[in-house]
Amino acid sequence: MSEVAEKMSPDPTKIGADAETVLDVQGLKRYFDVSPPFLNRLIERTDKAFLKAVDGIDFRIERGETFSLVGESGCGKSTVARLVVGLYSPTGGSVTFEGQEIGGLSRKELVPVRRRMQMIFQDPYASLNPRWRVEDIIAEPIRFFGLTNNNNETLQRVGELLQLVNLSPKDMEKYPHEFSGGQRQRISIARALASEPDFLVCDEPTSALDVSVQAQILNLMKDLQKRLNLTYLFISHNLAVVYHMSDHIGVMYLGRLAEVAPAKTLFEKPRHPYTKLLLDTIPDLDMTGRERVPVAGEVPNPINPPSGCAFHPRCPFANDRCKAERPEPIKMPDGAAVACHGVEEGRIPEGPISGIASQDI
Amino acid sequence: MADSKTIEKPIVEEHMGLFARIGDSFRRFLDGDIFYSFIHSPITVIAFVVTVICFVLAAFAPWLAPHNTNDIATLLLDNAELPPFWSSYTASWGEELHGRTEFLLGTDPDGRDVLSGIIFGMQVSLIVGFGSVILAMAIGITLGLISGYIGGKTDSVIMRIADIQLSFPAILVALLLFGGIKSVLPPAERQDLAIWVLILAIGVSNWVQFARTVRGSTMVEKSKEYVQAARVIGLHPILIMIRHVLPNVMGPVLVIATINLALAIITEATLSFLGVGVPPTEPSLGTLIRVGQQYLFSGFWWMTIFPALALVVLALSVNLLGDWLRDALNPKLR
Amino acid sequence: MADPLLKVENLRIEFPTRRGTLVAVDDISLHINKGEVLGVVGESGAGKSLTGASIIGLLEPPGRIAAGQILLDGKRIDNLPYEKMRQIRGREIGAIFQDPLTSLNPLYSVGFQLIETIQTHLPMDKQQARQRAIDLLAEVGIPAPERRIDHYPHQFSGGMRQRVVIALALCANPKLIIADEPTTALDVSIQAQIIALLKRLCRDHGTAVMLVTHDMGVIAETADRVAVMYAGRIAEIGPVKEVIKDGKHPYTHGLMGSIPILGHDTEKLTQIEGAMPRLTDIPTGCAYNPRCPKVFDRCYRDRPDLLDAGTTRAACWLYDDDAKAAAAVTGETAHV
Repeated sequence: MSEVAEKMSPDPTKIGADAETVLDVQGLKRYFDVSPPFLNRLIERTDKAFLKAVDGIDFRIERGETFSLVGESGCGKSTVARLVVGLYSPTGGSVTFEGQEIGGLSRKELVPVRRRMQMIFQDPYASLNPRWRVEDIIAEPIRFFGLTNNNNETLQRVGELLQLVNLSPKDMEKYPHEFSGGQRQRISIARALASEPDFLVCDEPTSALDVSVQAQILNLMKDLQKRLNLTYLFISHNLAVVYHMSDHIGVMYLGRLAEVAPAKTLFEKPRHPYTKLLLDTIPDLDMTGRERVPVAGEVPNPINPPSGCAFHPRCPFANDRCKAERPEPIKMPDGAAVACHGVEEGRIPEGPISGIASQDI
Repeated sequence: MADSKTIEKPIVEEHMGLFARIGDSFRRFLDGDIFYSFIHSPITVIAFVVTVICFVLAAFAPWLAPHNTNDIATLLLDNAELPPFWSSYTASWGEELHGRTEFLLGTDPDGRDVLSGIIFGMQVSLIVGFGSVILAMAIGITLGLISGYIGGKTDSVIMRIADIQLSFPAILVALLLFGGIKSVLPPAERQDLAIWVLILAIGVSNWVQFARTVRGSTMVEKSKEYVQAARVIGLHPILIMIRHVLPNVMGPVLVIATINLALAIITEATLSFLGVGVPPTEPSLGTLIRVGQQYLFSGFWWMTIFPALALVVLALSVNLLGDWLRDALNPKLR
Repeated sequence: MADPLLKVENLRIEFPTRRGTLVAVDDISLHINKGEVLGVVGESGAGKSLTGASIIGLLEPPGRIAAGQILLDGKRIDNLPYEKMRQIRGREIGAIFQDPLTSLNPLYSVGFQLIETIQTHLPMDKQQARQRAIDLLAEVGIPAPERRIDHYPHQFSGGMRQRVVIALALCANPKLIIADEPTTALDVSIQAQIIALLKRLCRDHGTAVMLVTHDMGVIAETADRVAVMYAGRIAEIGPVKEVIKDGKHPYTHGLMGSIPILGHDTEKLTQIEGAMPRLTDIPTGCAYNPRCPKVFDRCYRDRPDLLDAGTTRAACWLYDDDAKAAAAVTGETAHV
């Protein structure tokens, strides 16, 4: 392992009794006020409207592992990412990072936490300030946290970080527009690593990239994770990518977790009907000739979600209880947690969903 | 990517110095699209050259103007009411007056050289123009950044004030401000401070456009991920606004500033023409036009036509530059 | 075999810029048979969308077709005047684009837009056209089409909107549909629905489809044959199963290896080094040579044509036997 990598691995003295859990999220909620302006409400006599982007989710992430959140657009996965890094403050619930509750902390109080927790963004074209040189972009966290003594050290460090993500130290003189999407994402990763964090929140880090570049970035992220003992919260809509990257996966639907399970379990033995649906929709690159029969319906409007289990209008197994009562996650013996009345009552058959739920397309 | 690759000592000795950087930036500019669109637009090049000539004349007026029109001691009544050098006319007392090359564009009733008057007048016009634009920019950018970045109630309050101000014509606002401020000043200082009061009045009357533009761009930039990245690092919002957002909203601001410069020069001329601007002892182009037009019917056309032409040429050139800048900075029109 | 429906021969698309002419699509040839789905896959900037746009005559200036020809049913369509091309567009060739929101005019109801398109291309009165519009909406799986026909685009969800766009493309029963990233803007579960719909419609109507996408999964599900594009050229073309399972061109091979696949436990994905060259500096010889693990001298010198590589055709000197090589060399000297 290199000199830098050693420097960046977590300080062993800090690992206390509860240190194995890096992030613990309990009952996390975030509502957005999407009401029309006060005057409109007064005239139209409408109530305040809230978008329940995240509506009570629990999960924990152990050190060195990758926990992924997967789901369709509007399911709230990106909101969770922003709640965790403190870009949004939670409406309810708690986010505990390395034993410290960070939910309601002010910007100043969050500073020491943020050095250890950074974020990688989706769009490599928007995540780097176009007017800044790469060296200033990567040096910003170093300078902000005062991690070096003088400018030469800072530049030295920027060079090391660029090498860490397989770019050349000479690239620090350039501007972001001189790089391709994949290279920009590397710069983004270098910036995220600049403050020597041990936890990275990755919000769709490869969904704007071409597949061959995606492979480079995913390999790099796995490589860095091993070398620097990083912990990832990985957000993606791509199940195959998530499967490739993760140790644990949480499937989100309309602001709630439908199922949380170890990656292998989730794919080999999906329990929640929504998980089954998602797995069925993955194109068949093995060319087995499997005909997919997609499930009809679309994600409902999150401002006005269905009652009970939010998935019930699309679920072929829904009954009256599903329409009325919101399911809570139930722990399974193999470490999975599923929020489904059907699973609890044992009325969800094993195997793919599509055969049962074939509908007109 | 080979993961076995070890990290070598980085090469930072070759780090660019400040001058190399400026050179580098300049090379980038010459190679860039903006410079290209500039040299391929003849009208813009002409406007640029005219503007630069005006600026240089104004900046070095005491050295470049043939006569110092502000120095009353040099004025001779013998030189009064001379026509431009190529023409002649019969004065009221029957004498035939010929233009002299000493006074290229003729003289006014006090014997001031019109050309020199224009050059000095341009200086005043440009000082007021630049001063008020800088003031309007400072107010507009600050309020726009705050409004766009913080949003919510702050945004509502600032933007409602802007709306209210916008419902009055800018010239009226400037007129009111000018009158108001002048009336509270001690009479002795009114003359000396007139220019500054004028700058203040025009500047304050023009901030809204800057604020609105900056607010809009700020809201766009704020939602971009590089701003979020800075927030994740934990930077103070004011630092984020200044370091990250501001440089990225300056493009449209520059366009408005240029067009507003032309506007401010005309506003100043209008105010001076109405007699509320700078005093005749330190005339601007507007003052020259006002003073000159009193003699228009006496046949002394040069006293007002030449300053008016100078005003039109200056304002038009600056405006054309602004138009070009707007197109050049807008990737959709390129 | 019958004559192909669409034939693209030696198509070259150029963008004149002040820094010289960029060649975005460089000498590509392909054909689509009646009722066939040809997938065109490639990374961004590979020229796949431009190829599609040039076929429907919607190449954005300053881009222009610099060489080659496009034949529909044996007739050239690349040099038609605008008005003629407009008639072919919609009547003979339909188009589906990535973003359903921008393909529909938000100011008019869905029915108005459908009826207008139908009446432009088919001799129908208003009543007949309306009936056809309702039938089309029903066919693309929009529930209660009699009611929905008078709704505006914003009243439809993303998936439903894309169905409307498909209905719009089908209005005049075209022989060919150019579908440019039709599922990219949609969620995975909706993607599957749209793909299934597209497949069913083409089967029922015998419509040929050129499916332009960056998503190998969509191609694998939908296409009969696939053309893999790289830096404005076709790297490999062949039956979809062969190309995906056993790509002959090193690029295809690398591309497939770089896609994470569910249930495959690979610690590391196959990685293609570097990135696709910018149009300003495409290397001489084979455009893939800087990234190719199997590169040899010839790849730096000569640009390979599509060569027989068993089940597929690949633009790679690996599949050139000596005889062909000799022919190519003499051909070159003749050129020089």
